[in-house]
Amino acid sequence: MTLAPETTDLMVQLRLADDWFTVCDLGRLLPGRGVAALLPDGRQAALFRDRTGALYAIDNRDPFSGAAVLSRGLTGTHRGRPFVASPLLKQRFDLRTGQCLDDESVRVVTYEVRTT
Amino acid sequence: MTATPGATPTIVLVGHGMVGQRFLEALAERGLTATHRVVVLCEEPRPAYDRVQLTSYFSGRTPEDLSMTDMGFIEKHGIELHVGDPAVEVDRAARTVTSRSGLVVGYDTLVLATGSYPFVPPVPGKDAEGCFVYRTIEDLLAIEAYAKSRATTGAVVGGGLLGLEAAGALKGLGLATHIVEFAPRLMPVQVDEGGGAALLRTIEDMGLTVHTGTGTQEIVSGADGSVTGMKLSDGSELATDMVVFSAGVRPRDQLARDCGLTVGERGGIAVDEQCRTVSDPHVFAIGECALASDGRVYGLVAPGYEMAETAAATIAADEEAAFTGADLSTKLKLLGVDVASFGDAHGTTADCLDVVYADSRSGTYKKLVIGRDGELLGGILVGDAEAYGTLRALTGSVPPVAPEQLVLPAGAGAPAQLGPSALPDEAVICSCHNVTKGTIRGAVTEHSCTTVPEVKKCTRAGTGCGSCVKVLGQLVTAELEASGVEVDKGLCGCFAQTREELYEIVLALRITSYRELLDRHGREAARGGDGCEVCKPTVGSIIASLAPTIGADGYVLEGEQAALQDTNDHFLANLQKNGSYSVVPRIPGGEISPEKLIVIGEVARDFGLYTKITGGQRIDMFGARVEQLPLIWARLVDAGFESGHAYGKSLRTVKSCVGQTWCRYGVQDSVRMAIDLELRYRGLRSPHKLKSAVSGCARECAEAQSKDFGIIATSNGWNLYVGGNGGATPRHADLLAQDLSDAELVRLIDRFLMFYIRTADRLERTSTWLDRIPGGLDHVRDVVVHDSLGICEELESLMRDHVAHYRDEWATTIEDPEKLARFVSFVNAPDTPDPVVAFVPERDQIKPDLPLLSIGMRPTTPLTEDALEGSATR
Ligand code: SRM
Ligand SMILES: Cc1cc2nc3c(=O)[nH]c(=O)nc-3n(C[C@H](O)[C@H](O)[C@H](O)COP(=O)(O)OP(=O)(O)OC[C@H]3O[C@@H](n4cnc5c(N)ncnc54)[C@H](O)[C@@H]3O)c2cc1C
Ligand code: SF4
Ligand code: FES
Repeated sequence: MTLAPETTDLMVQLRLADDWFTVCDLGRLLPGRGVAALLPDGRQAALFRDRTGALYAIDNRDPFSGAAVLSRGLTGTHRGRPFVASPLLKQRFDLRTGQCLDDESVRVVTYEVRTT
Repeated sequence: MTATPGATPTIVLVGHGMVGQRFLEALAERGLTATHRVVVLCEEPRPAYDRVQLTSYFSGRTPEDLSMTDMGFIEKHGIELHVGDPAVEVDRAARTVTSRSGLVVGYDTLVLATGSYPFVPPVPGKDAEGCFVYRTIEDLLAIEAYAKSRATTGAVVGGGLLGLEAAGALKGLGLATHIVEFAPRLMPVQVDEGGGAALLRTIEDMGLTVHTGTGTQEIVSGADGSVTGMKLSDGSELATDMVVFSAGVRPRDQLARDCGLTVGERGGIAVDEQCRTVSDPHVFAIGECALASDGRVYGLVAPGYEMAETAAATIAADEEAAFTGADLSTKLKLLGVDVASFGDAHGTTADCLDVVYADSRSGTYKKLVIGRDGELLGGILVGDAEAYGTLRALTGSVPPVAPEQLVLPAGAGAPAQLGPSALPDEAVICSCHNVTKGTIRGAVTEHSCTTVPEVKKCTRAGTGCGSCVKVLGQLVTAELEASGVEVDKGLCGCFAQTREELYEIVLALRITSYRELLDRHGREAARGGDGCEVCKPTVGSIIASLAPTIGADGYVLEGEQAALQDTNDHFLANLQKNGSYSVVPRIPGGEISPEKLIVIGEVARDFGLYTKITGGQRIDMFGARVEQLPLIWARLVDAGFESGHAYGKSLRTVKSCVGQTWCRYGVQDSVRMAIDLELRYRGLRSPHKLKSAVSGCARECAEAQSKDFGIIATSNGWNLYVGGNGGATPRHADLLAQDLSDAELVRLIDRFLMFYIRTADRLERTSTWLDRIPGGLDHVRDVVVHDSLGICEELESLMRDHVAHYRDEWATTIEDPEKLARFVSFVNAPDTPDPVVAFVPERDQIKPDLPLLSIGMRPTTPLTEDALEGSATR
């Protein structure tokens, strides 16, 4: 199997309020890894692609450390829920809901993603 | 202020030490805190703490860590705790206690738990400045402050249990340490002559000076009144800057004496089997201040706990309870040496016989006392107390195997297969809390506990001195297995196999893809999924270790492998707290030319990096943004540097001393050997990081004995040590082989490392691996030196493959535009740096701008230690 970046014609887009914001070519997203995107208002989003091709996007800032690093964490599946583990102190976040799996009181913002 | 007994009966506890706290818990368990007013007078400035673990303060535990008092518990049960306010008077006629602050409390029941005070022999000069005792946290703080500011040498008076602990503490504070013991051997109470000799040798080898059979006659002080030395009974004088008295303890019974309670001839408040004082039915005494009905004063915590339970049960009048005496078994780790004694350790029973195993080379001494009918009566273990838990529990019964089998070290003769399953249900497993094997089994079978922490909570076993935890773990596993519960030894939620099993699968089936491994060999529910943060890097590491042999790409960023790597490996740098990275070029053996030093300086200056010399003999540059990493490495690679793998679970450094070339003592060229080894094993991915060092002679300036594999030069060649560790749980390395030639040394390290990589668990350093694998060092020596498994040729060939295929990861990366494209802060704005990564000046360099990070953020709450262990940043 090769995961070399295919240049697809598909672009990844994030939903911001009523608009779709174009981030990058789908080929930039390796299955199982994330990338960070800078949003027009200065916030940052972390985008992921799992092995089935599903896309997810959450806030890039790790709420436990303040560093903008969630896009650099390892992803996985926990009881059917896709997650990313912060590379700093390892807390896991559900990629669909943003809910922290290790601390009920914490949740990060999520974004709708699509390819066009 | 006066409080008179009103409608609610009042219990007053004097002394909030370990036993006092246990008594409060026993009251609460029996519901007495609800029906009684409970008042506690505590002399020390802090509530009860773990005195048994006192010495761990010097290995980093804070007074808060030592606390045994949960303030929530005190509040929940309405206990009135007066800290720093000792009882000064008891009026038994009026039934009141007066405290130092003037508080007068009426009682219906008074419980004295005042403990002991350290005995200071009445030698002249004993009150000089620089004389200390070793009992409370305050004592420790005073010793530490004095040692750090004014002392280079320290002496401990007393070579018993506490004396050795105190000596260990002084040594740990960096003092040249002496132990002066009046008796002819160390630990005279616990061990016999043979055990004392083994202990003496080991302790002297650690660099402590022991004077046995020597009394202290006078403490000498200088003009300013502080200690300068001590005069000994052999007429000599010992120069020392401080003295710690540890010559035994005496019960604190003054309060009892003053109010007319009966005390023993040699001290101790006389009590009956219910722990009630023989003089007054309203007064109890428990713990070290009590003289039990068997005529003994117990200086250990376990009997004290039993007294606390007995007194509480008696006050509740809900069950017959009695304290008639206790077992004096102890297991300690003193100065890193295991010492245990149990049962009739000194063989005082008529007609008993000894079975003794002694090996002075390794400082091991084991003696079992066997009764006429073959029953185990007691024993002493020095240097290797592995079997303590089982042996103590077997005491009183005839062991299921011959006694000599029980003392032989693993590997010599047939090892005794004596698991805890051999024990009867009545066997006491935890003597601190008097918990039997039957109770522990019940916790698993009836209370559905499935883990050791659950069983600890349910039965209390293992929550005292901790010496039974190992046996506890074996019992819980055995019980779960017996009741058909499969004990899950699997790596994680995705794989039911251990790391070792996965390694064998990958090697045998030449599997080069994580997905294939997951879909074919993963747990049913995990197949087809995305795995998790535990198994991905573990499998990534296995594939990387075996890459050339199984035909995988040896470059960790290639293809699917890129998605398996922890963040650090993925960016080939170490992630820092603000999202920036550190850069560590390899400096083999710590040797570096001026030109290369200048390049590092220029790179650091041009990119504005914080620069620091590391503990691993190289230079770390911090504060690089992700998009700067390729630019920095382009310059470093150009100047001949390569990745130092500070980020990987792989070889870190091979430190060296200057060795024969320059040093007047050196007997071999340690620098050359260190460089050769570092270049041979660089890039080798392993279960955890690997560290090494080479010293040019036995003076050991490179600290090789604290390394995973350490080499010390001899006049005939090299000695190879393995399994050393620094860090939080330091371990001295074990000697694997002696006087090796260059070729023999390299061949043996090849085999050792590959055997470790094959069989270790994830994140298991060689030290913990050696301690865990069955047969330990002897087994490893059999495998890698004597080729007992016939795998040495394979191990060597795996290493040959690794060496032949090594490529520098950074050189490969900067030549690959597709990989370089990943080194950006933002996929949609490759030229924009992450605005959260910012720096402020400090001491002429930079440091992370932390306030910037915390804006709108919660305080960091790290996960459990276990999660941190696997943290990507390590
Ligand atoms: C940079 C350095 C400290 C320094 O400024 O001197 C350092 C820094 C870190 N050490 Fe270390 N250790 C450094 C030498 C050591 C040493 C000394 C030595 O190697 O001689 C030790 C004790 C020896 C040993 O490991 O046995 C040491 C024992 C640890 C441990 C405890 C390991 C253990 O088995 O208990 C950890 C934690 C871990 O690995 O789980 C750790 C982890 C770390 C981490 C990775 C912590 C983290 O999660 O971020 C630090 C990464 C720094 C970075 O980002 O670059 N570091 N660390 C040293 C780098 C040496 C090098 O050139 O590669
Ligand atoms: C360094 C060290 C290591 C040890 N290691 C071990 C070990 O490995 N295994 C083991 O079994 N035992 C060990 N012990 C012994 C163990 O700590 C004691 O057996 C245990 O603490 C006894 O508990 P206690 O409550 O009776 O006394 P303490 O814990 O001494 O508590 C008594 C408390 O009462 C207070 N007090 C005294 N008089 C008054 C008063 N008038 N009013 C109010 N309060 C008062 C004291 O200040 C003290 O806080 C060790 C002791 C030390 C010092
Ligand atoms: S270990 Fe020996 S050879 Fe090396 S520097 Fe120290 S004294 Fe010299
Ligand atoms: S024997 Fe001390 S905790 Fe179990």
